[in-house]
Formats: sequence, C-alpha cells, structure tokens
Amino acid sequence: MASVLERPQVSKALPPEQVKGRQSAMAIPPGGYFPDRVEQGRFGPVFPRTPLNYGFTIIAAIKPGTEENFYGYARNIEEAVAGAPDVLDVLKLHTLKWALFDLKGETYFMYQGVFDTDFDKYTEDAVAIFAATGLTTVFENLQGFPADWKSNSEAFIAFVRDHHRPSFMEYAEYSYVTAKEVKSALAVKSGLAGVLDNMQ
Amino acid sequence: MLEIDDIQHILLTRTPALTGRYVFLSFADGESGRAWLEEILPIVPSAATVGTSDEDKRWVTIAFTANGLERLGVSEAALASFPDAFRQGMAARAEVLGDTGASAPEHWVDGTAGPDLHAIAILFARDDEERGRCEREHDALLDRLPGVRVISSLHLEATPPFDHAHDHFGYRDRLSQPVIEGTEDIPYNGCGGPLKAGEFILGYPDESGQPYAMPQPEILSRNGTYMAYRRLEEHVGKFRDFLKEHGETADEQELIAAKLMGRWRSGAPLTLCPDKDDAELGKDLTRNNDFNYKDNDPHGYAVPLGSHIRRMNPRDTAANMNRRRMIRRGATYGAHLPEGTSDDGTERGIAAFVICASLVRQFEFAQNVWVNDKNFHELGNERDPIIGNQDGSLEYKIPKRPLRKKITGLPAFTTVRGGAYFFLPGIRALHWLAGLAAGAEAAVPSLEGAQQ
Repeated sequence: MASVLERPQVSKALPPEQVKGRQSAMAIPPGGYFPDRVEQGRFGPVFPRTPLNYGFTIIAAIKPGTEENFYGYARNIEEAVAGAPDVLDVLKLHTLKWALFDLKGETYFMYQGVFDTDFDKYTEDAVAIFAATGLTTVFENLQGFPADWKSNSEAFIAFVRDHHRPSFMEYAEYSYVTAKEVKSALAVKSGLAGVLDNMQ
Repeated sequence: MLEIDDIQHILLTRTPALTGRYVFLSFADGESGRAWLEEILPIVPSAATVGTSDEDKRWVTIAFTANGLERLGVSEAALASFPDAFRQGMAARAEVLGDTGASAPEHWVDGTAGPDLHAIAILFARDDEERGRCEREHDALLDRLPGVRVISSLHLEATPPFDHAHDHFGYRDRLSQPVIEGTEDIPYNGCGGPLKAGEFILGYPDESGQPYAMPQPEILSRNGTYMAYRRLEEHVGKFRDFLKEHGETADEQELIAAKLMGRWRSGAPLTLCPDKDDAELGKDLTRNNDFNYKDNDPHGYAVPLGSHIRRMNPRDTAANMNRRRMIRRGATYGAHLPEGTSDDGTERGIAAFVICASLVRQFEFAQNVWVNDKNFHELGNERDPIIGNQDGSLEYKIPKRPLRKKITGLPAFTTVRGGAYFFLPGIRALHWLAGLAAGAEAAVPSLEGAQQ
C-alpha cells in the first residue's frame, strides 16, 4: 500500500489539450478530488474531469427480495432504447455497466456510468424525464433511496453522491473525447466512404 | 387561481418606468427593520393594484436577504426551511455562478457581498421628477430611523434612444419572457405555452406535476419568490473596438454583434433573417420568437451554438426547458456612451433581477451550465460571449461554410459588480414580518402540510 504521502495531491497527468484522442492515465487521490483544484458545483464539489471525462460508480445494498426488479429494469431499458434511441440523450452517456454482487449475505448493486458532463449539471433533467415518463428508477430498489425522489431532486442527488465510490485510476485509449465527437468522426468516415464509392 | 392581490407587482407586471433607484439597506436591529417595513409597506403595490390609477407613476418593491429575514426576527427553525443556496447568499455561491477573477465578490463595488446587507428597496418611476420626489421621501424616512443604514444605492436610467428597451451595447431587450398560467399575458409564437405559476411563485403547482415544498411558516413563503440580483458592467468601448477589429464595414460589424447575441441589435433573430437585419421583425413580438433550433439551425450556421440567446434559451435543443425559465426585470444604469466617443471609464451596465421559484434549479443552472460551461454544446473552450466569465483565454466559434470563423482570446465585455439573493415576500408576508417582535413568532401556529 502506498503511504498517504505518496498519494497524488496534485495531478501529474498530462492536460487534456496534450493528450486529447490519445492514450493517457490519471491517478486520483482518495476521495476523488485533487485538493489543489476542487471546483464547486451547484450541489457540492465537482469530481474532476478524467481521460474518460466524467462518471459515477455507485454501489449500494439492494432491498432484500428485489433482485428480479433489476433484471426486469434492464429489459425495460433495452426496450426503451430500441424504441427511441435518443431516450437517454440527456444523460450525455458513453457507457453504462450494471452489476449485482453478494457480500456478507447482502446483495449489492453497482452502477457504473461514463458521461461527458459532470453529474450535477443534468441530473435534474434526468430525474424529471424519469418522473414525467412514468418510468420508475431501478434505484427505488436500493436501501436508503429517498421515496420522494420525483419531487426532491436534491435528495436524489445526495443519495448518488453518498454512494459514489470515486475511481483512483482511470485510463482511456482515446482520452477526453466526447460521444458526440466519436459519432461525428464515424459519420465523417462513413460519408467519405460514400464519396469515394461515387468516385470509382 | 393566482392570488394577485398578495403578489408583489414586480413578479407579474412590467411598468412603464424610465428611471429608478435601488437602495441597499442594513438594519442595526430588528426593531429598526420592522419600523422601516411598516412605514414603507402601504406604498408597495400588489399585482392587483398596480396600474389601476392614472396617478400610477412610481412603483416600489421590497425584498430581503436571508440575513435580513433573520434580523427582522424570523426564527432559526423557519430560516432552516429555506433553501441552502438562498441562506448562503450569492457571494458564497460565486464559484458555482462563475463569479471569479475580475467578477469575484471581493471586487464588487456596492457592498452587496457583505453579511450586513439585509434589504433592497426598488423604486421605478415614470420620470425624473417623480423619482426625485420618492427619493426625498425615502431619505426623510431614513432620517427618522437611525437604525436603518444605506449601504449603497444605484441610479437607473434608460439609455437613448428611448423608443425601445435596450442595453448599452444597443441590443433590444425584453424580447423573450415566459408567460404564467392564470395571467392575461399572451404567449407569443415561439415563447412556449403558459407555464405553471409554481415555476415563479411559491405556493402553486409547478411544471413537474409533483408535490412542492414551501419554506415555513407558510404565511411567510406563500406568494413570495426568490430574486437573484446582478449588477453587470458593460464595457462599451471594448465592445465597439472588438466589432471594429472583426468587421471592416459597418455591415460586417453589425453581423459580428449579431453573431455574439444570436439576434441583430434590432432584436431580429438570425434564425429568421441570417444575412440581413430586419428592423420590423425585430420589434414584432408576434414573430421575433417564432423559431427553434433543432430543425431551423442544428449546426449554428445562423445562430452560433455558443451565442447568448442559444445559451440562455436553448429552446428545443435542451431537455426540461419548462423547469429552467426565469422572469427578468431591471434596467440600465450609467451614462450613455455616444457612438464615436472613446470610453470615458464611467461604469455603465445592466442591473437586473432574475425571478424564479428555485435559485438552484433555474438561476444557478443557467449560470453554471448554460452561461459558463466551457463545453456547452461540445464547444470545448467557450463561455457565453456576452455574460460569461471571460479571461481572454477562451474562443468563440462562428459556424460558416466552407470553414468556420474562430475568434481566439475573446475579451470580457461584461464584469459582475454586485449581486445578492433576495426573498421577495407576498404582501401578507410583509405585514407578518412587520408585526414580528421578540417571541412573537412563537405565537404563529406551525402550519402543517408543507407539501400538498
């Protein structure tokens, strides 16, 4: 184990403008913040941007007997995205990974999401969309999740912040690239292929 | 049904004022504050009484900071039911709002960043004569109340030409205001339908359709709301120099000004007239908001993605827009700088109030996410070119075929010079506050049903 003194206090990771689109790694101090550059967001300090941009790893115990709800909700999401591919647009997502695991007789849920924006910015929008569309959230099956989340974004946000386990290392093969940039690059590639086809 | 006789007029009405004054006050003790409130209360009009008399020529609004409510005698428990952001005050939220560098509270010039700011009296008047009369009356009142101190005051004045509202840069103002359900205001095309009153006034359902919380006691919060005050200096000389630097002809300079705003200075939106100004369209409220972005201008060829109006009202390119709208009131201050005159160093700008039911969800969101997020619309290195925090290191991109124009080192055209969070109580609440005395609040029954 590294001693406290060896833990990173100031990031030595290369800045985004030097490594954008290339490989880079970032070591992150315990707690998830670099003390020298903590930015205040509307709901508290903002976790720093990393080569993966932003993200959350939420780990919380599920309410006993609700396991099937998680699998059911996964099927709901699959169906919702198939029906309306932009349904999760507001989350500015790259990827979501969900897992359930057992520990000391309890089942835990791990929600890992990679986003292009810090969590505070659009969470109210996400909450509103879940509430307005009548979708429940899988979080309702977690112990301690606020029952009034639909009308109380602050409580929703507080729950997420309380259960977030910040990364201490993140690596990206293509750093600081947004999902929109990836999609634009693929669209350009596809467009150019069409142009080349037409020149044959 | 809106209780318009209990709502301060500023929330629902825009008066035909050409001049005014904001007075920032500090109370030495609760008694002084309540005495001042009691004296001034009879001339604070509700939305029901304003405009009902031919002699209507001055309009008074009063509001309090969290420290002011405490000084008046509101209990600690009641204050704790107000949102944290309001209780902390605007200066404490500086980083969230982007008020750093030259705009940081330590540089504010009007004493609004200090803990001794307790209240604001807002006076708008039809003309200078009436304004002067009201000022003399208020001064006389303050002479009688030694426990009430003026921290600072600001003289408001419309800038010429006077035939339409505009700022010192020349941009037409008051173009895009939300309409509240239950009022007689007409929602013009493109402004969205009427919004639930709870978005702007406490005690009514809001756009979420969910139960809503109210600070306690309810007699204090019902028909009240929050006001974010911003004193924003406009660097007119720097702005005009910038236009000259980036446009050789007058037309090119106008286009650059329009590209920063998203509208021509006449008010005509670039989405509807991208190449040439249309002054008639600019002043036609039935047409000048009738546009969207997703279909009309997805890439920003007309209205750049980072322009002021695209950030302040992203229309159909943002989710949940109905929960982000705000009412804006205010006026310009400082002497007009005639065209062709070099900057005289006088401070001039806009002193405005943003009115909303949630400072965090509405005002702070707009500042934090729309105005100052460098990556808004994936722009990477931009902030709002008019009101964003600019330190000369950011850029501004103007999409154009075949190649976009990129301006680097965008200067700051505005600087925040003062600001505060106020609570704007309803008329009944003002009476309740004026009647508070040591221990009196305990007599008010605690109201059940904070949510309904």
